[in-house]
Amino acid sequence: MLSSMEKSIAELRETFKNGGTKSISWRKSQLKALLQLINQNEDSIFKALDQDLGKSPVESYRDEVGVLKKSVTYTLSCLEKWVAPKKAEVPLLFFPAKAEVMPQPLGVVLIFSSWNFPFTLALDPLIGAISAGNTVLLKPSDLAPACMSFLVETIPKYLDNKAVKVLAGGADIGERLLQLKWDKIFFTGSPRVGRLVMAAAAKHLTPVTLELGGKSPAIVDTLSTTPSKAKVTAKRIVGGKWGPCTGQACIAIDYVLVEEKLASTLIELLKKTIKRFYGENIKSLKNISRIVNKHQFQRLVNLLKDPNVADSIVYGGSVDEEKLVIEPTILLDPPLDSEIMSEEIFGPLLPIITLKNIEESIDFINSKSNPLVIYAFTEDDTFKKRILSETSSGTVTFNDSMVQFLCDSLPFGGVGQSGFGRYHGKYSFDTFSHEKSIMHRGFYPEIEPRYPPWTDFKLLFLKLAYQFDYFGLILLLLGFKRS
Amino acid sequence: MLMENKAENKAVFDAESAKEVVKELRDSFVTGKTKSHRWRVTQLKAMLKMLDENEPQIVAALRDDLSKPEFESSLYEIQMLKNSCRLALKEMNHWMMPEKAKTSLTTFPSSAEIVSEPLGVVLVISAWNYPFLLSLDPVVGAISAGNAIVLKPSEMAPASSSLIAKLVADYLDSSCIKVVEGAVPETSALLEQKWDKILYTGNGRVARIVMAAAAKHLTPVVLELGGKSPVIVDSNINLKVATRRIIAGKWGCNNGQACISPDYIITTKDYATKLVDSFKCELERFYGKDPLESKDLSRIVNSNHFDRLSKLMDEEKVSSKIVHGGQRNEKNLQIAPTIFLDVPVNSLIMKEEIFGPLLPIITVDKVEQSFDLIHSSGGKPLAAYLFTNNKKLKRKFVETVSAGGLVVNDTAVHLAIHSLPFGGVGESGMGSYHGKFSFDAFSHKKAVLYRGFAGDAFLRYPPYTPGKLTLLQALLSGSIVGIIRALLGWFWA
Repeated sequence: MLSSMEKSIAELRETFKNGGTKSISWRKSQLKALLQLINQNEDSIFKALDQDLGKSPVESYRDEVGVLKKSVTYTLSCLEKWVAPKKAEVPLLFFPAKAEVMPQPLGVVLIFSSWNFPFTLALDPLIGAISAGNTVLLKPSDLAPACMSFLVETIPKYLDNKAVKVLAGGADIGERLLQLKWDKIFFTGSPRVGRLVMAAAAKHLTPVTLELGGKSPAIVDTLSTTPSKAKVTAKRIVGGKWGPCTGQACIAIDYVLVEEKLASTLIELLKKTIKRFYGENIKSLKNISRIVNKHQFQRLVNLLKDPNVADSIVYGGSVDEEKLVIEPTILLDPPLDSEIMSEEIFGPLLPIITLKNIEESIDFINSKSNPLVIYAFTEDDTFKKRILSETSSGTVTFNDSMVQFLCDSLPFGGVGQSGFGRYHGKYSFDTFSHEKSIMHRGFYPEIEPRYPPWTDFKLLFLKLAYQFDYFGLILLLLGFKRS
Repeated sequence: MLMENKAENKAVFDAESAKEVVKELRDSFVTGKTKSHRWRVTQLKAMLKMLDENEPQIVAALRDDLSKPEFESSLYEIQMLKNSCRLALKEMNHWMMPEKAKTSLTTFPSSAEIVSEPLGVVLVISAWNYPFLLSLDPVVGAISAGNAIVLKPSEMAPASSSLIAKLVADYLDSSCIKVVEGAVPETSALLEQKWDKILYTGNGRVARIVMAAAAKHLTPVVLELGGKSPVIVDSNINLKVATRRIIAGKWGCNNGQACISPDYIITTKDYATKLVDSFKCELERFYGKDPLESKDLSRIVNSNHFDRLSKLMDEEKVSSKIVHGGQRNEKNLQIAPTIFLDVPVNSLIMKEEIFGPLLPIITVDKVEQSFDLIHSSGGKPLAAYLFTNNKKLKRKFVETVSAGGLVVNDTAVHLAIHSLPFGGVGESGMGSYHGKFSFDAFSHKKAVLYRGFAGDAFLRYPPYTPGKLTLLQALLSGSIVGIIRALLGWFWA
C-alpha cells in the first residue's frame, strides 16, 4: 500500500518516463506560467513574507520577487541555447568521427528550500530543474509557514501538476522524503542538515548540491581613502548585514575585520547609517525584517548572554521578545573563542574584530572554515590579489555586499563547509542536467592495428597514433620507421 | 609512525596514521607549494619521465596481476597516461587562467571573473582492472589543479600497487603526493579523514560507503562506477567491422573486465545467427582456435571473480545457451570468450554487471524494441553502443538512451577523446573527468565580483518607499528603457 507521498513520487517518475517534461515547449510553458504566478500574485507574496519575516515590499521585491522574475526571464531567453548539444573536438586519428556533449535531464529531483528567502530559495532552483527538463518535488521550509502555504496552494494552479509538486510539512516529512530514491537532491540550509541529506543520498548514489553557509567576513580597508568612499563603504556594510532578512542570510556579512586605529571611525559611520536606515532605537525600528521564530530569537539572545560578549556591545543590544525583534547590534572585539565568533550568527549582531594591520585578515579568515562569501572593501590591488590567492570561499566580492547574487553569469555556491555544487543562470540548468558524451563514427576507415593478433608493428603504429604523431605514422607506413 | 619496512612486519596503517598523512599534506598545501605553476609542471614532467623509464616494469607488473598483454598495457595504460600528462602540460596555462564573466546593467559598473583554485588535499581511490591508468590519470588532474594528493591503489592488483607506490615515491614530490597501499582497513582509515575531494573508481556497493563517509565532512565526490553497457546491433551494417569493434571493446579491453566493456548485445531475431557466425569467425581470427592459448587475452583477476563468472555461466537456464566458447582453466584463471544466445532476461548474467569475457545476445523482433529493453533493465549504464546506418535509429538512441557516454558504430573509443567528459549517471556514477574535466573536477571555481564606489544605487537602501520599489523593478529587469522611464518618474506599468 503506497502512501500518498510515494504515489506522488511515482506519478512524477511516470511523467518523466513518458517524456512529459522533455520538450522545450513544455519547459518554456512552465517557466512562463511561473512568471505569471509571480506577476499575478505579487501582493500575496509580499503579504506572506511580511507575515513570516516582517519583510517590507521593497526588500521582498529586491531579494525575492525581482530576483525570480529576472531569473525566469533570463532562462527563457537562453533555454534553446543551453539545451543544444555542444560540439567537441575529435582528433584527426578518428576522422571522420563527430563528438558532442548533450545535456539531459536527470529525472525526478527533490528541492529543499530554506525559510529566510522562502520564495527565492524554492523557486530559483525550481527554475533550473524545469529548464533542464526534470520533474520536481519541492519541499519548502515550514519555518516560514505562510510562504509555504502559498506555494502549496498556488503552484498547482499554474504549473503542470503531474510534473511539479509541492509538499508541506516539517522535518519528519523531510526525513521520509530522504529515504526514497531521487535522481538529484538540491538542498539549501545548514551544514548539519547538509550532512544528513548527503548521507541519505549516498544510499541511492544520488548526486547532491548543498548550498550551506558559514561566517562570511567583510574586510574593511577603505575608511582612510575619501570621506565619500568611507560613507559608501558603511552603507554597503549596513545594507549587507541588516538589509537581507536582518542578517538571516547565508550571504549576509557575518563579521567585520578592520584596523584598530580605524575602528571608532567605522563604528561612528555604521551607527549613523543604521539610524538613518532603520530608526533611532528599537521602539522606532523600521525597514527591517524580524527574527523568524522564538527558537532563532532565543539562540541569538543567548549569543549575547556571555558577559564578555555583552560587555563588547557598542551599539544596540535591545530585544523585544514579543515582536521577535532584535535591534541592529554592533560588538567591538568580543572574545574570539565565544560562540558568536565560532558559529554562523545568522542574525542582526555584527562583531567588529580589530587587527593591527589589515593584512592579518587573511590569516584570520583562514583560521575558520571556508565561508560562502568574502567581502573585501579595498582599493589596494596587491591586497586584492593576496585575498584571492590566499583565501578560499565560494565567492569573493570587492567593494560591495550582496550584489553578486544578482549576477547570472557567476556561479553561486560554496566550497568546503559552505557547500558544493552551484547554481544561478546557466549553472542552474547544468546542476540539474547530465552532460552526456556522444561519439559518432562511420564504418570506414578502419584502424587495423587495433585488432589482435598483436604485433610489434601494430603496437608501434598505435603508439604513434595515440601521440597524434601523424608524420611518424606516415613514415611507419612507408617503411621508414622500424619497430 | 608509518614505518617503511618491506619485510614481514609492516606497521599497521590505522586512523592515527591516516590522520598524520593528511596533516602532513595539509601543512604542505598551506605553504602554497602545490599552487605554483612551476610545481605542477615539474610533477607532470616527472610523471612522464617515470612512465618513459619504467615501461617494461609496468608491463611486467600488469602481466603479474592480470596477464595483461603487453599491447594493452602499453597502449591503454601507459600511452593514455602519457597523453594525459602531455595534454595537461600543454593546456594548463590556459586552464589556470581566470574566465571572464559577463555582468549586466543591474550591477553596473562592475566586472566579474571565475578563478580556478585547488580544492586542497584530495583522495584518489582506484580500481584493479586498469591499475596504472585509473590511479594516475586522476592524479594528473589533481596535480594540474594544484592539489596535494593521497592515492590508494587497489590491493587486488598487488604487483601494480607496489610498483606505483615505489615509482611515485621515487619520482614525485612525496611531501605533497603520497601512496597508501592496503585493503579495507587502510581504506576505511583514510575515509575517516576530512578530504577536500574524493575520486573513487569501482563498484556501486563501495561507492555508497565512500559517499556516506564523505557526507560526514561535506566532501564532494566523483564516483566512476559501471553498469551493464548494452550494444544494439542493427542489420544492414558492415557486419565484419562491427563485430571486430565489439570484440576490441569487449575482449580486447582486459578480457571484458572494464567499466565501459560491451556487457550484452541486443539484436533482431533475424540477424542473430549472422551475428553469431561473424563473431565465431573474427574471434578465431583474433585469438586462434584455442583462445586459452592466446597471448592476447588478459586472465581473470583472481579466483573470487573466476568463481563469480563461473556461477553466471553455469546457471541452469543459461549454460544451455552457449553458442561459442565456454572453455575454462581454473588453475590459470582463464575463461575463453563465450557467447550466449537468448538467455532469460531474469537470469543472473542479465541482472548484474558481467565484468568478464561472457557476452549474452538478447534478441528482439524489431530493433526499436531494444530501447524498451534497455530502459527496463534498471540502472543507467556507463556506456551504450549502437551499430547502425539508420539515421532515425541513431537519433532515437542519442536522444532517449540515458548513459554516461554513447558511441555509434564503435565501442570504448570515446575514452580517447579528451574533449568529452567521462563519467556516469545514476548507478553508473556522478561527476566526470578526462582532459580539462579532470582539472575542473579537482578545482573550486571561485566567483569574483569587482565593484567600484561610483554608481551606488540609493534605492537598495532604506527608507523603502513605493517610488523606490518602482525604480528597483526597473533596475532588476535590466532594461534601459525601463530605468530611464522610472528615473524620469513615470510609473512602470
